[in-house]
Amino acid sequence: MTETLTGAQITVRLLERQGIRTITGIPGGAILPIYDALSASSRIRHVLARHEQGAGFMAQGMARVSGQPAVCLASSGPGATNLLTALADAKLDSIPLVAITGQVPRAMIGTDAFQEVDTYGLSVPVTKHNFLASSADELLEIIPRAFRIAASGRPGPVLVDIPKDVQNQAIDIAEWPAPGCPDPVPAVAPGPIAEAAALINAAARPILYLGGGVIHSGAAGTALQLAEQASLPTVMTLMGLGALPVDHPLSLGMLGMHAARYTNLALDECDLLIAVGARFDDRATGKVTHFCPQAKVIHIDIDPAELDKIKTARVGIAGDVAKVLAALLPAVRPTPRTAWLERVESLKARFPRRLTHLDNPLSHFGLIRCIAACLDDQAIIATDVGQHQMWVAQAYPLRRPRQWLTSGGLGTMGFGLPAAIGAALAEPERTVVCFTGDGSILMNIQELITAAEEKANIKVVLMDNASLGLVHQQQALFYGKRIYASRFHAAPDFAGLARACGIKAVDLDHHPNPCAGLLDAINARGPWLIHASIDANEMVYPMVPPGAANREMIGH
Amino acid sequence: MNATNRNEILALRRAILEIDVNNHPGVMSHVVGLFSRRAFNVEGILCMPVGGGSHSRIWLLVNEDGRLAQLIRQLEKLEDVQTVRRHGANHAVFERLEDFFKA
Ligand SMILES: Cc1ncc(C[n+]2csc(CCOP(=O)(O)OP(=O)(O)O)c2C)c(N)n1
Repeated sequence: MTETLTGAQITVRLLERQGIRTITGIPGGAILPIYDALSASSRIRHVLARHEQGAGFMAQGMARVSGQPAVCLASSGPGATNLLTALADAKLDSIPLVAITGQVPRAMIGTDAFQEVDTYGLSVPVTKHNFLASSADELLEIIPRAFRIAASGRPGPVLVDIPKDVQNQAIDIAEWPAPGCPDPVPAVAPGPIAEAAALINAAARPILYLGGGVIHSGAAGTALQLAEQASLPTVMTLMGLGALPVDHPLSLGMLGMHAARYTNLALDECDLLIAVGARFDDRATGKVTHFCPQAKVIHIDIDPAELDKIKTARVGIAGDVAKVLAALLPAVRPTPRTAWLERVESLKARFPRRLTHLDNPLSHFGLIRCIAACLDDQAIIATDVGQHQMWVAQAYPLRRPRQWLTSGGLGTMGFGLPAAIGAALAEPERTVVCFTGDGSILMNIQELITAAEEKANIKVVLMDNASLGLVHQQQALFYGKRIYASRFHAAPDFAGLARACGIKAVDLDHHPNPCAGLLDAINARGPWLIHASIDANEMVYPMVPPGAANREMIGH
Repeated sequence: MNATNRNEILALRRAILEIDVNNHPGVMSHVVGLFSRRAFNVEGILCMPVGGGSHSRIWLLVNEDGRLAQLIRQLEKLEDVQTVRRHGANHAVFERLEDFFKA
C-alpha cells in the first residue's frame, strides 16, 4: 500500500523500523517537524535532555551498555554545535551513535540564516561519516546506511543533517528499505593465524594486551580462554577494563600511565606482546620507543589503519577480534608457562599495587571499595574525568565487559552523569554508579534534573576535593608547585543543589556511619547524590611522568 | 645540481595518489580534511567526474613523508572512497598540466 509521508515521518518510521525505542535530544525550530512526527510515535520514547551535550552523552551511555547504535537529536546552529563534543568523544572511543540534526531549509543554506551553521563541515573530523540530506527520498537510503556505518567494523558516530524543507517534503512510499545492520565481518585468513600461533607457542614471556575492541566485538570470553590456555599474563587498557575480571590470577590490571608498577615492569620484560583491539595509545605505552623493548608484536584489530600506526607488528591481522581469537585457539598449545608466571608473581610481590586506607570510606580508595562492597557485578560503573577516574580504574573490581563506562580517548569532563543516565535508560533494572569530581559534575550538572524526571537509578558519587584535582596534581609535580587556576574558592552546597534538582542526597562528611549512609543510598531505587570530601593533596600514584618510559614511574 | 638529479630528488620526495570516490558535494572535504588535520600539505589537486558522473577521480600530488602510508590507510577507510592507487612523482598527470601553471 502506498503511503504519503513527510521526510520527518519517514525519519521517525525508519528509526522505529531500526528498533530504536529511546531517543534523547532537545527540540528547536529547525527540527520541529521531526519532533512533531515523533509525538505521534507510540514506539519511541523521547527523553528531554537539558543540554545537547547531555543528550549526546546519554545516547553514548545507551550505546556503551548495549553495544547497539543509539540516537540523539538536536536542532540547527547551537543545538548542533553543542552536540559536537559528545560526537568527538564517541569517535575516539569507537561508540556507535546516530545523531540527527535539523538544518535551515535548503534555499537558505549559505545565507547566514538564523541558526545556520555548517554542521556538515563541523562534523567531518569528529564523525565516522556524515550526511546532508538533499531530499525526503534520499532519507530512505541514508538513514539505514547511517546505522550500518555506525555499527560496522570499528564502530563510530554518524551524523545526519536534515534541512527543514526536506523534513516537510511529502512523498509517496510503496516500499520500505531493510533496517541498516552491520556488514558481515571479514573471513579470517589462515596464514597469519598460523604465524601468530607459532609466535605464541615459541614465546617464553608473552603478555596479552586487551583494548576496547575486545569489548566492542564481544570477544572477552574468547580472550579469557586464550589467556588460560596459553597461560598469558594479561593487561588491559582503560577502555578494555572488564574484559578479564581484575581479580583473575592472570590479570595484571590496567597498563600505562597509572598502572601498578609490576604491570609495567612485566611489560618491560615480555618477549611477545599480543595486542588485541588496542591501539597503542600514548597513555598506555608511555615513551613508545621504550615500550616492550624486547617484544615481538602480534596486533589484531578490526581497523587495518591501526596496524603499524604506532608500533610495527611482526604479525598484523586485520579482522574482528572475536573471530580471530576463536581461529587462534585451536592452534595455540596449552602451556603452564611456570617460569614466566612465577617471575610475574615475584614482580607482583615486590612492586605491588598499594591501595591505602581501604577501611576508611572517607578516603578515596576506601570510598571506592566501600561502594563496590555494596554492589555486585550487575552494577554499571561510569566515571567522569580526573583523579577520581584513575582511582576508580585502579581500585574498582571490574569483572565484566560493558560494566565500565569512561571517556578514554577524548577524556571529556562532563561525560559521567549523562552517560550514567543513558545507561540507566537502556538497562533500568541495573544500578548505575557515576563517580565524579567537583569539577566534572558542574560541566553537565543540569542533567540531574533529567535524572530526576526519568527517575533514573543512578548513584552519583561526588569525590569533592575543592579542586581540578588532576590539574592540581600536574602543577604540584611538574610545575614547581605553582598551583594556579586549579583550586575552587567557591563551591555550591552540592547536596543542597542535588535536592533542588529533585534528587535525594547524602553527605558522608558528617555522617555518623558513612558506610550505612552509602548502603541506604545505593539500595534505595532512584537517583541519589552521595557527597564525600577528599584531600586535595592526594595524588594518583604511581605515575609515569609525561614523556617518560613506562618503567620510570614515580610515587608509591 | 643537474636536472636529472633534481628530478630524481623530486621523485623521491613526492608521490601521486589516484583516488576513486563517489561524486557528491562533501567528498572533497572528507578527503582533503584528512591531510589538513595532520598539517600535511597537498601540493596539487585535480578532480573530475568519471563515467556517468556518479563517480569522480581525485589526483593528489603530495610530499612523500613517513606518514603517507598511514594517510592512505585512513583514505581507504572513508565511506565514499572506492580505491586509492599510489604512483611515483613522475606520473604524467601533473606534468602535462604544467603549461597551465606558468607564472
Ligand atoms: C572538558 C574538559 N576540560 C578540561 C579538561 C582538563 N582536565 C582534565 S582532569 C581536570 C580536572 C578534573 O577535576 P574534577 O572533575 O574535580 O576531578 P578530580 O581530578 O579532582 O578528581 C581537568 C580540568 C578535560 N579533561 N575536559
